[in-house]
Amino acid sequence: MTTRYELIIGLEVHVQLLTRTKLFCGCSTRFGAPPNTQTCPVCVGMPGVLPVMNRRAFELALKTAVALRCQIAPFTKWDRKQYYYPDLPKGYQISQYDLPFSSDGCLEISDPKGRFERKRVGIIRVHLEEDAGKSMHDEAHGRADSRIDLNRAGVPLLEIVSQPDMRSPLEAKAYLTELKLLLSYLGVSDCNMQEGSLRVDANVNLHVYTPDGHLVPTPIVEIKNMNSFRAVERALAYEAERQFKVWQETGQRLGDVPKQTRGWDDVANITRPQRHKEESSDYRYFPDPDLVPVIVSEAEVEAVRQSLGELPAEMRNRLEVAYNISPYDSDVLVNQGQALVAYFEQVAQQCGDGKLASNWIQQDVLRTLKERTIGIDEYPVSAQRLAELLRAVRAGRVDTMRGREVLARMLDTGRTVDETMAELGIAQLDEAQLMALCKELVAENPKLVADVRAGKLQAAGAFVGQAKRKNPNVNPARVRELVLELIQGQSEG
Amino acid sequence: MSLTREEVEKVSLLGRLRLTEEELALMTAQLGQIVEYVQLLSELNTDDVEPMAHAVELSNVFRDDVLVASYDRAEMLANAPRSDGECYLVPAVLGE
Ligand SMILES: [Zn+2]
Repeated sequence: MTTRYELIIGLEVHVQLLTRTKLFCGCSTRFGAPPNTQTCPVCVGMPGVLPVMNRRAFELALKTAVALRCQIAPFTKWDRKQYYYPDLPKGYQISQYDLPFSSDGCLEISDPKGRFERKRVGIIRVHLEEDAGKSMHDEAHGRADSRIDLNRAGVPLLEIVSQPDMRSPLEAKAYLTELKLLLSYLGVSDCNMQEGSLRVDANVNLHVYTPDGHLVPTPIVEIKNMNSFRAVERALAYEAERQFKVWQETGQRLGDVPKQTRGWDDVANITRPQRHKEESSDYRYFPDPDLVPVIVSEAEVEAVRQSLGELPAEMRNRLEVAYNISPYDSDVLVNQGQALVAYFEQVAQQCGDGKLASNWIQQDVLRTLKERTIGIDEYPVSAQRLAELLRAVRAGRVDTMRGREVLARMLDTGRTVDETMAELGIAQLDEAQLMALCKELVAENPKLVADVRAGKLQAAGAFVGQAKRKNPNVNPARVRELVLELIQGQSEG
Repeated sequence: MSLTREEVEKVSLLGRLRLTEEELALMTAQLGQIVEYVQLLSELNTDDVEPMAHAVELSNVFRDDVLVASYDRAEMLANAPRSDGECYLVPAVLGE
């Protein structure tokens, strides 16, 4: 008898907000500066300094929480979370404890390939806090000391805590991808994982369904050190199997052992237990006496809601309806960001065919962007010119195959569609020329003509192939039509 | 006694204080007296009093997101017992 289990995943995401300066002082938040060149007495926590909240940071945080459909608290305050760590110079982190500025939101996730059902992932809370510094230990050089860089100390972070609503690594990845997309649409964070502006921790356990029909939750494990969405996916898949093995061996249930923290090792592809910080759960929060509360009115929340602009989920729906494209297509386009969607809309409107525009952009434009690692802003062919090319394709002036050649050439030369078609010797045959060509073919191929009369459709295709060999610029669909007309005309006459 | 010896041990651990046996006994007594004194307040009935989040009657104090020159690195590092001119040096932090 097999025991089934379900994977239960909650994610805690930290994102750095796009401010010029830190949360409580005017030091720069720029990434990559030499160590300890962006600090002052406030952010390193000298006694007697007075932190003052960055208005922009609060605005960006509020915008995010509203977009995540959170309840916004009319009254919010900041608390000190006490712990000792060398990269936390004050001995406490300014964070939010019992009165976070927002709670109870949600984010909808779906999979265009249908691998899981569309669902709403609950957001427990979103709160604003400061980052710690960075400690580095250079084991290779056998240093006995850790080196501390406090440039990052005091940088504004948004902590976004989800409900344990995800049931597979795929759902977790979809949640992260959608969250990241939303944050970049809002312009609140650059979400660069390499530079640490987006960090993910996961809380994972299992719901085991025992053969006698009981549901048993296993102890929760927190996973850290996942440096990419791919790593999150792999770490979660690994944990599911590991935790099930532990359950089979020990039978430990939720509450039997304290919460464990494990770190993902991306090279070994495993999680390892991390040393438990003693008493780490005793943070002794208390209200920060240096920071005054913030009161947000309903009118302000409403104003923020009005200012959000079109968010990814709404945009997908609109594109599907307005341009008659599939959910899969709208998902691919929207996931590329607002600039690409704007490009698509221009092409679709100017060429008059949303599906065609979507196909060309997905197959040709996106491939070039990927190959050249550039953004759509740097793509050499403007929306007007691509639309012009697609109009030529729709009008039968050039077929899809040769159209691709035209686009490839335009990419390198920057010339217009007409110039490029002329360069490639693509000239439209007029109807008389085309008719003459078809008559020639019919006369030359009595065998094929007989085949067509006998109802063999491949034979019509053979005419098209021959026509192309005579002149690469023929419109295949028109050749087919004309040849069939001619043959029919012969048999009638 | 309002505080137990175990509680004081825990608090000193959290505060990174290593107390001798005598100090522990002394602190348990002295801290206990302070806690007892503060506990006088709990004689007041506060059922209808809203918890206070802040002692100052102010809210929404913000600054603009405008860059201010940071301090000179050497000046900042000089406050620490040890540095290498770029970073603060602290006893090894392992297990991250
Ligand atoms: Zn500072």
